[in-house]
Amino acid sequence: MKLTGAQIFIECLKREGVKTVFALPGGVVLKIFDTLHQQKDIEIILTRHEQGAGHMAEGYAKATGKAGVCLVTSGPGMTNVITALADAYMDSVPLVCFSGQVPTSLIGNDAFQEADNVGLSRPCTKYNFLVKDVNDLAATIKEAFYIATTGRPGPVLVDIPKDVSMAEAEFSYPNSVSIRGYNPTYEGNKWQIKQAAEAITKARKPILYVGGGVVFSGASQELLELAEMTQIPVDMTLMGLGAFPGEHPLSLGMMGMHGTYEANMAVHYSDLVIAVGSRFDDRVTGKVSEFCPHAKVIHIDIDPTSIRKNIHVDVPIVGDCKTVLRELNQILRATVNGEQKELRKPWWNQIQAWRQAHPLTYQQEKDGPIKPQQVVKRLYELTKDRDPIVSTDVGQHQMWAAQYFKLAKPNRWLTSGGLGTMGFGFPAAMGAQAAFRNRLVLCIAGDGSIQMNMQEMATAVVSKLPVKIIILNNRFHGMVRQWQDLFYSGRYASSDLENTPDFVKLAEAYGAVGLRADKVADLDSVLRKAIETEGPVIVDIPTYRFENCYPMIPAGGCNHEMILEDPPELKQKQAGGKNVTPEDKDTVLTA
Amino acid sequence: MEHIISVTVENKFGVLSRVAGLFSGRGFNIESLSVAPTLDPSMSQMTIVTSGDERIIEQIVKHLNKLIDVIKVVDLNETEFVSRETAIIKVHTKDADRAEALRIVDIFRANVIDSTTSTYTIEVSGDPKKIEAIINLLQPLGIKDLVRTGRVAVAREPVRPVSVQTKKVARE
Ligand SMILES: Cc1cc2nc3c(=O)[nH]c(=O)nc-3n(C[C@H](O)[C@H](O)[C@H](O)COP(=O)(O)OP(=O)(O)OC[C@H]3O[C@@H](n4cnc5c(N)ncnc54)[C@H](O)[C@@H]3O)c2cc1C
Ligand SMILES: Cc1ncc(C[n+]2csc(CCOP(=O)(O)OP(=O)(O)O)c2C)c(N)n1
Ligand SMILES: [Mg+2]
Repeated sequence: MKLTGAQIFIECLKREGVKTVFALPGGVVLKIFDTLHQQKDIEIILTRHEQGAGHMAEGYAKATGKAGVCLVTSGPGMTNVITALADAYMDSVPLVCFSGQVPTSLIGNDAFQEADNVGLSRPCTKYNFLVKDVNDLAATIKEAFYIATTGRPGPVLVDIPKDVSMAEAEFSYPNSVSIRGYNPTYEGNKWQIKQAAEAITKARKPILYVGGGVVFSGASQELLELAEMTQIPVDMTLMGLGAFPGEHPLSLGMMGMHGTYEANMAVHYSDLVIAVGSRFDDRVTGKVSEFCPHAKVIHIDIDPTSIRKNIHVDVPIVGDCKTVLRELNQILRATVNGEQKELRKPWWNQIQAWRQAHPLTYQQEKDGPIKPQQVVKRLYELTKDRDPIVSTDVGQHQMWAAQYFKLAKPNRWLTSGGLGTMGFGFPAAMGAQAAFRNRLVLCIAGDGSIQMNMQEMATAVVSKLPVKIIILNNRFHGMVRQWQDLFYSGRYASSDLENTPDFVKLAEAYGAVGLRADKVADLDSVLRKAIETEGPVIVDIPTYRFENCYPMIPAGGCNHEMILEDPPELKQKQAGGKNVTPEDKDTVLTA
Repeated sequence: MEHIISVTVENKFGVLSRVAGLFSGRGFNIESLSVAPTLDPSMSQMTIVTSGDERIIEQIVKHLNKLIDVIKVVDLNETEFVSRETAIIKVHTKDADRAEALRIVDIFRANVIDSTTSTYTIEVSGDPKKIEAIINLLQPLGIKDLVRTGRVAVAREPVRPVSVQTKKVARE
């Protein structure tokens, strides 16, 4: 039987197990939308902006481990989704984005709403296709999902001209894909794995440096086994949070620019760094030449280009974390004896000493302004039994969320690390909520970031995605302000937002619920109320405006040289009362 | 250091821009690039002349391998290879110079492939040094046009493509 391109599109999605598509229509994709409208297997979530659609698909993908799917129109629809594609590319998120294109006969003619979608997306996709013939459509979609989800995952774009969605072809869906230039390596080299095992048994001060690859690979169980068997402490990257239980005694929390003191000291003084699915980003290494200067490095990564990109590696292992760790554990089981605890004692004593010397800290006065850390900490304590999914935007609040919201399991943490995209948090949370309608999904947002995709509140209300947004409202681009305080003599060039909208009223304007906590004493009750509320909620929490996030390794600094608190002149300035306190927030809002 | 990298790619639309985009996007050098279909018309062969230290070349090779349309990558510097470049040079020749032009052509074993009353069009192939040399000699006569193919190269013996598992092993 012959099907139209639009019907083929839908049949393919069904066969890929797609349940939800985040989409916004336009002229050249009307045929596809019209066909989607007449079926019930796939749900369309109509977003208010294509960037929102892209981030929702990312949130969906990160929470489920499956490819997220979005559908946009040509021209401006395509350019709007680019940020999300770039974000997914940097953070290795499996995404299949379908874009509409002008009819094949008009391509290159500067037709209405034409853009070179393949050209625009080339540098920010793992691969992209322009389908010129309806007979190729099914096989192309199959390849797109295959490429997006295998190897190092990433976004793939499929550009479908209008006439291709209208034309007819025999439908047959290929069972398998074979691309001669694309054969990701899953099995690690046996000899190298043996070298790794040997290095591990010899090491006295080893450290695991685990990243997003462990989450993608679903290797948390294997990682846990490795760490427990060998008693090796675990440092996580921002993207690796949740790969290892945050409350586990072997966890040192996050490492890097805003990582914990012990995580960074441990990596600096270690004699063996075991990098698993992490890519030695400059936010982690700091000054590359002085990163873990005393250590041998083992690097397990599925992407050969990640290995030795910026750090010398002694034992490179190209392969999938899960497969490689399994094999490594098997060797170690035979060689590692029960005395690991004893053997590691001096190392752990050292780590404990670091921990005690400089734990994460902040001062919350009872009647003082609310500290952002306090909000995250209470939110964590109040919700941890519900196994929530947590998204963040980008800025200080993101770092506090990373420090204080301890994740027990993978796929609960949605954050934009590589691109650092403000506006990511809310739509990503919605995407996860669309996949798990009954779970608690929290979005820890900044007052600056949330305004970048606020429009999606309309989507949340209409599509019934009851995300709880907690805004840590400092009326600042706080992260920018922090850098200005530390490195630009406190000149707040374009970081003071001065006035933010009344987020409570804004929520209400969209038909959602708005709440505010402006006293420490109210914090718990307001957060509880938000969690109990059925629909989407914004909780606006005015926080102390000048709180800074520590520890901090200045860009290009060394990992053992962290700034741990405000330098004296900054403390003085703030104590001098030159700055506005949160109390005048209300006057600003009502003014 | 200069490296010649031989890349077998899918012979389809857009592949050249993916390869070029990789080099420009990551700030790698391309000194020359030549591309043409292979015996099997579904594939093309690219010869890329690039330069960089060991670490950069390793990344270039890995990134080329990572491109989905790339089928095989060989770093020819790892083996013995022969390479050639062809130039087509159109020289302006006054009567007095015509004999001199022919002499130069002869010395370099080049060919005159076209001639008008006032020009010779000369084809020469060889390594870049030889081409530079003939250009230098012809310049005084007046070069009107010069096109060069960029280098193409082939390994003397069959070589294994660079594999994904990095070859270096643990230092003890
Ligand atoms: C404001 C801000 C501050 C930040 N501060 C910090 C900070 O303090 N600390 C920090 O860590 N980060 C921080 N980041 C994030 C940082 O920029 C990087 O995004 C992050 O460090 C990268 O994490 P990763 O190394 O886990 O790599 P990812 O980006 O998660 O990459 C995953 C790696 O695993 C590999 N991989 C994928 N799948 C598999 C598989 N199946 N098997 C094996 N390997 C696989 C990939 O090839 C890749 O190399 C910050 C970001 C922002 C925006
Ligand atoms: C789209 C985008 N533009 C600019 C930046 C640069 N930037 C990083 S953090 C930040 C401020 C974020 O402010 P807010 O969301 O209020 O978070 P806070 O740091 O105050 O917690 C800015 C502007 C960015 N990361 N993303
Ligand atoms: Mg802010």
